[in-house]
Amino acid sequence: MELSNLSHSLNLLLPELTLSIALLVLVLFDLIFHHDKKIISYVALIGLLATGFFVINQFSLSGFAFSTGNESYRNFGMITIDSFGSFFKLIVIVASVIIVFFSLSSDEIKKTSERIGEYYALIFGMILGMLFMISATDLILIYLSVELLSLSSYVLAGFTKLRERNSEASLKYMIYGSVSSGLMLFGISLVYGMTGTTNLYMINSLIQIPHLNLFTFSFAMILIFAGIGYKISSAPFHFWTPDVYEGAPITITAFLSVASKAAGFALLIRFVKITFVSYIDTSGFWQLIHVFDWKTLIVVISIFTMTLGNFSALWQDNLKRMLAYSSIAHAGYIMLGLAVLSNQGLTAMLIYFAVYLLMNLGAFLVVMLIANKINSEEIDDYDGLGYSSPFLAASLAIFLISLTGLPPTAGFIGKLYLFVALVDANMIGLAVVALLNTVVSLYYYVRVLKHMYLTKPETAIPEIKTSKPNTILVLVLLIPIFIFGIYFTPLVDLAKGCITILGL
Amino acid sequence: MEQNHLLTYLLLTPIAGSLLILFLKEENPKLIRWLGFLISIAAFIISLFVYFGFDASAADFQFQDKILWIKSLNVSYFVGVDGISLLLILLTTFLTPLTLLSSWKAIEKKVKMFTFMMLFLETGMIGVFMSLDMFLFYIFWEAMLIPMYFIIGIWGGEQRIYASVKFFIYTMFGSLLMLVAIIWLAVYASGPLGSFTTNLLDLYKVGPSVPREIQSWMFFAFLLSFAIKVPIFPLHTWLPDAHVQAPTAGSVILAGVLLKMGTYGILRFCLPLFPQSAVYYAPFISMLAIVGIIYGALVAMVQPDMKKLVAYSSVAHLGFVVLGIFAMTEEAVQGAVIQMINHGLSTGALFLLVGVIYERTHSREIAYYGGIAKLIPVYCAVLMITSLSSIGLPGLNGFIGEFLILLGSFKSSVLNSWWFTVFAASGVIFAAVYLLWMYQRVVFGTVKNPELQNKLTDMTARELIVIVPILIFIVWIGIYPSTFLDMTRLSTEKILRSVGSFTLSLVK
Repeated sequence: MELSNLSHSLNLLLPELTLSIALLVLVLFDLIFHHDKKIISYVALIGLLATGFFVINQFSLSGFAFSTGNESYRNFGMITIDSFGSFFKLIVIVASVIIVFFSLSSDEIKKTSERIGEYYALIFGMILGMLFMISATDLILIYLSVELLSLSSYVLAGFTKLRERNSEASLKYMIYGSVSSGLMLFGISLVYGMTGTTNLYMINSLIQIPHLNLFTFSFAMILIFAGIGYKISSAPFHFWTPDVYEGAPITITAFLSVASKAAGFALLIRFVKITFVSYIDTSGFWQLIHVFDWKTLIVVISIFTMTLGNFSALWQDNLKRMLAYSSIAHAGYIMLGLAVLSNQGLTAMLIYFAVYLLMNLGAFLVVMLIANKINSEEIDDYDGLGYSSPFLAASLAIFLISLTGLPPTAGFIGKLYLFVALVDANMIGLAVVALLNTVVSLYYYVRVLKHMYLTKPETAIPEIKTSKPNTILVLVLLIPIFIFGIYFTPLVDLAKGCITILGL
Repeated sequence: MEQNHLLTYLLLTPIAGSLLILFLKEENPKLIRWLGFLISIAAFIISLFVYFGFDASAADFQFQDKILWIKSLNVSYFVGVDGISLLLILLTTFLTPLTLLSSWKAIEKKVKMFTFMMLFLETGMIGVFMSLDMFLFYIFWEAMLIPMYFIIGIWGGEQRIYASVKFFIYTMFGSLLMLVAIIWLAVYASGPLGSFTTNLLDLYKVGPSVPREIQSWMFFAFLLSFAIKVPIFPLHTWLPDAHVQAPTAGSVILAGVLLKMGTYGILRFCLPLFPQSAVYYAPFISMLAIVGIIYGALVAMVQPDMKKLVAYSSVAHLGFVVLGIFAMTEEAVQGAVIQMINHGLSTGALFLLVGVIYERTHSREIAYYGGIAKLIPVYCAVLMITSLSSIGLPGLNGFIGEFLILLGSFKSSVLNSWWFTVFAASGVIFAAVYLLWMYQRVVFGTVKNPELQNKLTDMTARELIVIVPILIFIVWIGIYPSTFLDMTRLSTEKILRSVGSFTLSLVK
């Protein structure tokens, strides 16, 4: 490898490098500053902001890192930097920054403050895994980044060790995770056996040959999908989600539900698009190579995922668990955008993710602030909360209404663009399934409103006072929900500009 | 046409007012009540300006105001009124201050939130009636669900939670189907029009050319959402629950305005957008309307609860409106529009009156009362006029609407059978039965219940101020309906022309 190539590659990897350095600094500072652990949070924050800065810098940049130089063979390298990846990286970084603020005010995390250095180091490990997942275009690197993300999150799921459920969550997560990553690795090995390469671009050109064993190949694809499906908690790989989300510290739950899911989706989209698209027609539809029927698989999985998520959420009495199922359902909605297999669908997914980031983190944040005080996430304990703490309750109500997808909140815009993409692709049946699901979801979201505003509490609950920083944090998530609900042109323009996936 | 922002001011007044109220202190309910009342009066005054500026000799949408909103979807903030929507806007702005005033005593807890919700609701209702962009319409349509949910759920009766959730889920289900239909139509429009659009006036040109098969689906997707709101039998089951459980103000708004949005939607969207399907399915839907008329009346007859009786009478009355719309003759549609207003006034007044005695006795059981004519004569006189208006006595408003609808449906070539008229007319008789019977049991006879003596007092000045304006209009429409019919004539003709031009071949 030439030196210029190396420096070029490293230049493209500035965000990842910054993050790695920040990780090391974190570990170092954890050793140096025994007594004042506060500084660690600030270091984490600065590290994230610097990473975010480089990600934003990269928005207009695109290229391949670590290519072997043999361009004629379509070997474009292991890592691809493009605007699509930058968008998802930005989502991850923004989510991470918010999670740091979450952690600052979480009682659960405060109880383990002596290990806060480890906590942030592990989170940074997760983020690093995510960033690589988003831009990896080589099966080996994909596998490694998924593992990096997974291993860090296994530990974090059981990090606080305060309750039995913590360890349960961690263990369950690890067992499910190991199985699915094993399956994925098996799938990867099959693909390598058939094509002789792990590079997605090369696979794309190689699978167009006529003698491919379609059965084995399809089998391999399903195995790889299992690995990714587990990360985005799509049915039938979702079984870990409710237990882990309920058991893990809420900061980690929120992080998993947004950032980890975003990275998983980015990986899935990139994998499908680079490996299988033969060309994109003039109206923006992706024409796939006919070796594996992704459309059917994704349609079936997304219907399963949202229906299962929504119907399971109906019976949940624990709010964290309910939000876990709701996040499964949302993964189903987002998948609809991929099922369309078009640029329009992709735009809709990006918009949905940006909106989902706000509303889901917002909901978790309020649940956490309330849990800090009343020490419970049970829905029955929310009775009368609308009057004892109007601000928090109203915010939660708005986040939930947005999750339902009612106008004039941003959640409606996310759904709107998905529906438009579906209808445009003449997949009206699927749109109807999605909207019936929305009606189901309305029931459990409104149930929370019912408890907060309509049910009389048995015992008077005290007012929950929120500190100024927390109020600001809630508002930071809340205000864009209204702004994007009414004026969403900038969001749409951003998403439209970010659908370039290098390769085609 | 020059841009005129009057409608925008009308829309902004209640929403700005509701936000203002959020900043007031809960400890001062009197101020909140007065401010809420004044804001709604201000909205009413602005709507009067619209009324006086309205040119009834033009069929076009007037006071159009259009701002490009979302470029990528070609969605605009686009409002305008024709005679029909203006009349309904006036009904909204007229009823809102009255309901606010009527609940000064009934709503004692969380006054601030109540006033906020009512004004928020008013914005939604006005918005629905003036939107000329499907996207904008949908936003207002959905935005109303939340305040109504809270109004029923917080200030309602014992079963309020069940009723509010049922209301919410029923209506949401319908409107989401409509959303898909709207999107489909907008995507379809990008063929002939060259771009995705939700502009209603453009869609009017496109809708009739949608292939028949798909048009039926679109028609039913829209109709289902409106039919739930109206409600057309058999989708009415949410209505009695919601009405009975809602506080008086909620019932009045629900019956007076919200139900009208369903029939308005049918008139504004289903007919002109999908004329072939509308004509094709008109007999079927009219049949449902007739079933609703008779079923509503029969069920109302056996209700022991006054509020439930009025609620079921709504099902019957709205059946008339739907019949009138789908008869598709000028008389019938004009009658349907007048009947929408009538129902808003009479049923609204009936709910208010039930609320008046409920506030005093906390009972709505018919059997609880009896002989109250001697105790509260003024109340009984008012109740008499309102009941007669609801029955459709000549000289009062109900007669005009029902007569026009019956006349129009008899002549209708779309329905093409006078049986519709016969059965519908029987509904008028049933209405006389249940309302007069209720009146007889409540008002006449001797006072059997000793509690009534101490509890019942006649109507206060405030209550009279609420009810008298409604009575004035009840008589006005009854004696001189031209004031209102003239407003809607050209608008109705225009809708029917658009249906007719596409369906003439089908009818003959």
